[in-house]
Amino acid sequence: MDNTLQRPQVEHAPDTGRRRFFNKLWALLGSIAFLELSWLSISILRSGKNKHETGAQDAIIKAGNVEDFAINSVTANARGQFYLACLEDGSFLALSRTCTHLGCSVPWDEEAHKFICPCHGSSFSITGEVLTPPATRSLNSHPLRIENGTIYVNTGRLEKPLQDGKPRPVKA
Amino acid sequence: MPIEMLTYFHHQGIIDSQTIYLYDINAIIQKSLHMNSAHTRAKKQFPSDLLLHVHPRTVPVETLRFTLSFGLGGMATTLVLLLFITGILQKVSYIPDIQRAYHSIQFMYTDSNFAGWLRNIHYWSGNMLVIISFLHFCRVFLTGAIAGRRRLNWIVGLFLLGLVFFSNFSGYLLPWDQLAYWAVTIFLNMIGYIPFIGQPLAQLLRGGSEIGTETLTNFYAIHTGLLPFLMLLLVIGHFWLIRKARGLVQQQSGKGPTFSVPVMPNLIVREAAVGLSLIAAILLFSAIVDAPLSGAATPGVSPNPAKAAWFFMGLQELLMHLHPVFAICVFPVIVLFCLLAIPFWQNSALNEGIWFNGERGRKLAIVVSITSITLTIAAVLIDNVATNIIGSPATALFTRGVLPLVIFLSCHCLGYALLTSRYSYTRGETVMAGFLFIVVAMICLTVIGVWFRGPGMQLMFPF
Repeated sequence: MDNTLQRPQVEHAPDTGRRRFFNKLWALLGSIAFLELSWLSISILRSGKNKHETGAQDAIIKAGNVEDFAINSVTANARGQFYLACLEDGSFLALSRTCTHLGCSVPWDEEAHKFICPCHGSSFSITGEVLTPPATRSLNSHPLRIENGTIYVNTGRLEKPLQDGKPRPVKA
Repeated sequence: MPIEMLTYFHHQGIIDSQTIYLYDINAIIQKSLHMNSAHTRAKKQFPSDLLLHVHPRTVPVETLRFTLSFGLGGMATTLVLLLFITGILQKVSYIPDIQRAYHSIQFMYTDSNFAGWLRNIHYWSGNMLVIISFLHFCRVFLTGAIAGRRRLNWIVGLFLLGLVFFSNFSGYLLPWDQLAYWAVTIFLNMIGYIPFIGQPLAQLLRGGSEIGTETLTNFYAIHTGLLPFLMLLLVIGHFWLIRKARGLVQQQSGKGPTFSVPVMPNLIVREAAVGLSLIAAILLFSAIVDAPLSGAATPGVSPNPAKAAWFFMGLQELLMHLHPVFAICVFPVIVLFCLLAIPFWQNSALNEGIWFNGERGRKLAIVVSITSITLTIAAVLIDNVATNIIGSPATALFTRGVLPLVIFLSCHCLGYALLTSRYSYTRGETVMAGFLFIVVAMICLTVIGVWFRGPGMQLMFPF
């Protein structure tokens, strides 16, 4: 069908230096306009962010008394959104409930005696260490302090893990 | 004379090729005469002729064959139009605020409110569009419509497919139910794994350090503004490039003219039949089946199991087996690069217009698909056992990243060498085998994710 009606061939204008110069100028102006638009969009997106950027603040929560927790047990703290783990040697850990893989909330499985992530099946031990992948890091923990048998947890901050990546338990 | 009769006569040898060719030319002449004498009526022709301008005046008979294209492109276009209309209407009822979004969706389903039906149509059209555009993508590849003049259009199509997936994803965030909340949580964490740009990008999309109303409004702007705009531009480009490639792909017939027939009514009637049936089916289905809505978003309590929308279950399954950086970055980038690069590799496309390149290719496709299913299931089961035994995160980057990548790439190279030299398949057929291997594996992973995963995402049987 296209063969039947041939279009007349348009002769291209000679490729002069001036034409090339203007073409380059157009491309340059276009790129500048594009960069400007991108910068504008990003700064608009960022403006929303600054309103809520308050930084880490201390938020200390009284989690209970040492004698209230059985050895080798995990208790969820709804107010502070963390798990208080009482380990076998009587030391305590305040584990964040956010999975280190992709941020789901990890429930404690009492029967299996481990944390199992409902999103990608990672599991963590009572000490927060990774038992099965895909998670690559141990659960985060909050700084924990025991004074006169009362446990205080700072939910506003995350604790630096030990050198091998494990959370740092605190002795009673 | 209707075209079916004409082609029938031609096949029977009652009329010769020349007659059909004349018929074609006749149509063109008649059309142009008509145009000249009636140019004063231009105003009256405006809307219909503009729409018809998407098509040429005549199309080759071969491209009208339903089993060549299955009308998938037309269906996708119909769905996009339906989505635009129902999307705009929904903007009236929906409130993009985390306190009120969920309630505004629930309100759509109260008595004497049509908005719920509109949401159903939007939801089911969106889901259907994922299926249809995926099938369209496979159809285009498997009929060899990616090389030469169609090269650029293949790339435009890939971007459109990406837009369809991202539109569906950003769309299911808006109701701010449990599915939405955990999907956006996981998605933003996934982005964070991308080297260098990941963290700032996630921060930007999140609109702060925590998920909140800023996140919802960002995705609302993306879903209802940015993505439709890009999609409209690319769809126009897609159509234009089809015309530049002289219509749909068709078998190279060798000598002699291609037999063409006027678009009106031959193609238009077929398109209308497919499009209108599809609209009718979706409207009816939406009147009966409500679009799902899970509980209101509860930060801190993930549903168990927490599954993504069905079309992302393949990716979720992949995330369970591979190191995050490899599942999110390395493998997708490699696959995308291959898809973009295939048309630029000499002779890597199948012969135009023949499904699977003919009978031999079809058999190869079946063998490859079965192999892919077997290997995928085996890999999932082996990994399931292996993680419970080893489970050491220290070596994960190697055992769950580099090692699978090396196995994956060497299998493909070995397969390529074996099929081309030992069994003397053409390069196009071998590339098709690699393509099908990955596509079928992803479908298989999706099926496992949707039906064979229970609480804690543990493997189980659905019955």
